[in-house]
Amino acid sequence: MEKAMNLLFLVCGLLTILFVILITVFLVISGIPAIRNIGLGDFLFGKTWASTSARPSYGILPFILTSVYGTLGAVLIGVPIGLLCAIFLAKMSPKKVGSVVRNVVDLLAGIPSVVYGLVGMIIIVPCVREIFHLPDGANLFSAILVLAVMILPSVISVSETAIKAVPKEYEEASLALGATKTETIFKVVVPAAKSGIVTAVVLGIGRAVGEAMAVMMVAGNVANMPELFGSVRFLTTAVASEMSYSSGLQRQALFSIALVLFLFIMAINLILNVMIKKGEQND
Amino acid sequence: MKKIITIAAVLTIMAGALGGCGTNGSPAGEDVKSEKAKSSQTVATDGSTSMEKVIGFLSEAYMEEHGDIKVTYNPTGSSSGIQAAAEGRCDIGLASRDLKEEETADLQGTVVAIDGIGIIVNPDNPTEDLTIEQIGKIYSGEITNWKEVGGSDAPIVCIGREAASGTRDGFEEVTGTKDKCKYSQELTSTGDVVQTVSGNPNAIGYASVASAGDTVKMISVEGVRPTTDTIQDGEYKVQRNFVLVTKKDTALSRAAQEFFDFATSEQADSLIKEAGAVPVKR
Repeated sequence: MEKAMNLLFLVCGLLTILFVILITVFLVISGIPAIRNIGLGDFLFGKTWASTSARPSYGILPFILTSVYGTLGAVLIGVPIGLLCAIFLAKMSPKKVGSVVRNVVDLLAGIPSVVYGLVGMIIIVPCVREIFHLPDGANLFSAILVLAVMILPSVISVSETAIKAVPKEYEEASLALGATKTETIFKVVVPAAKSGIVTAVVLGIGRAVGEAMAVMMVAGNVANMPELFGSVRFLTTAVASEMSYSSGLQRQALFSIALVLFLFIMAINLILNVMIKKGEQND
Repeated sequence: MKKIITIAAVLTIMAGALGGCGTNGSPAGEDVKSEKAKSSQTVATDGSTSMEKVIGFLSEAYMEEHGDIKVTYNPTGSSSGIQAAAEGRCDIGLASRDLKEEETADLQGTVVAIDGIGIIVNPDNPTEDLTIEQIGKIYSGEITNWKEVGGSDAPIVCIGREAASGTRDGFEEVTGTKDKCKYSQELTSTGDVVQTVSGNPNAIGYASVASAGDTVKMISVEGVRPTTDTIQDGEYKVQRNFVLVTKKDTALSRAAQEFFDFATSEQADSLIKEAGAVPVKR
């Protein structure tokens, strides 16, 4: 019995590894042919994506840049808000208010991305159109706004934990030396929680890079080179919007995009692991 | 020793799983489908998402009459449906476009219904009629302001569908804008297009006449309103065919043949109308 259970645990453990290996192998195998066919340079740095045109061209630079800019924008807006919210939760908030805010943040994390997309499509897109006097509000900026809100929960909860983990003595020492509470927070607590906060940011980046549904509904999905107020297509939406109808080289190219996206996420995870290791060493 | 055996056992399981999936590479669902296709009592249809309503009405009515036969529908898109029919993964492929030349080599397309593609604008837009040439110029970016086509002084926002959508294919074919469209948004469903056009006073879009709804205004094209009659006799120009795709060299199973005959018979006309499409003129 004991041995059978052991075996079961082992199999379950190995199963997870198997899934990762399967996905990696599958993506590499199905992603390589198109890249070979198109040429790595033309694929990664080509500026035109016209997969269904009579003379198809498969350049994904617009998607890569859009994903990068979109994520950066979301981080630029989302991280300051999230960090200040985390500081509020960890250091400033009265107990009752804090627990309400925390619950709301958890709720925000649980909202399905299609709902974010829907709200973005019906509220943010028209608002952006009106405020900036654009003919159309579905653009990179709207997508950044939606993504910024979507990364808030992970940024807030991870940085709150990091801030709370800073030893009370640091703070007390700073206060005893005559620093104000604000000075203490920004000059002592936040620097001490640095690695945790960076982890939060990287997690947020991961979420933003991988998001498909919500941005598909607000970004316009035209394969243009990214402009803040132009219709754009992300790496994720490039795969999602064409997959159902695709065939031949177009389909293979979509797998290649997925491979690129996968490498992005892998890199982000790698950075995350290094960050966490560093954080442990500091402790 | 025990450990080695355990590891060996696990490795064997893993190898089996890898070997089984690695070469196949297709989602598991397709295997299930092909099994279904083999059973004579199931008619598997696969393809165009725009044909969902038509095929839904037809199969429901058919199954009511023939309790022992089940008609399944897998909404994957026209190209996938044609491919599925060619590979024998379904009985009848569904395409919301005519077959391409290279596809007609071993596939047979039968028009089951006609779908009018409505040109839709925001209800606040005063424009009532456009010519096909004007629509083409609007979508290719030659006309960018509504006042150039008799509307108010406002930029035109072109809303369309994603590449390879059957509706987009049909629309671009008719308006001669293939590969030339300068879209402001490429959306992945009719519902999204309607929603976006209803929310933007400057937008123009296209959608199946049947599914446009009343939150948007459908305009006439070259003076012809999209109605059953005008679509059927080809007077309304922006339209496409709903096609049943079958293999030329392989006979359909009995059940599939019966369903096929039913769908293309006069009996089906009222159902097709109910589903919002236009039956073929007989």
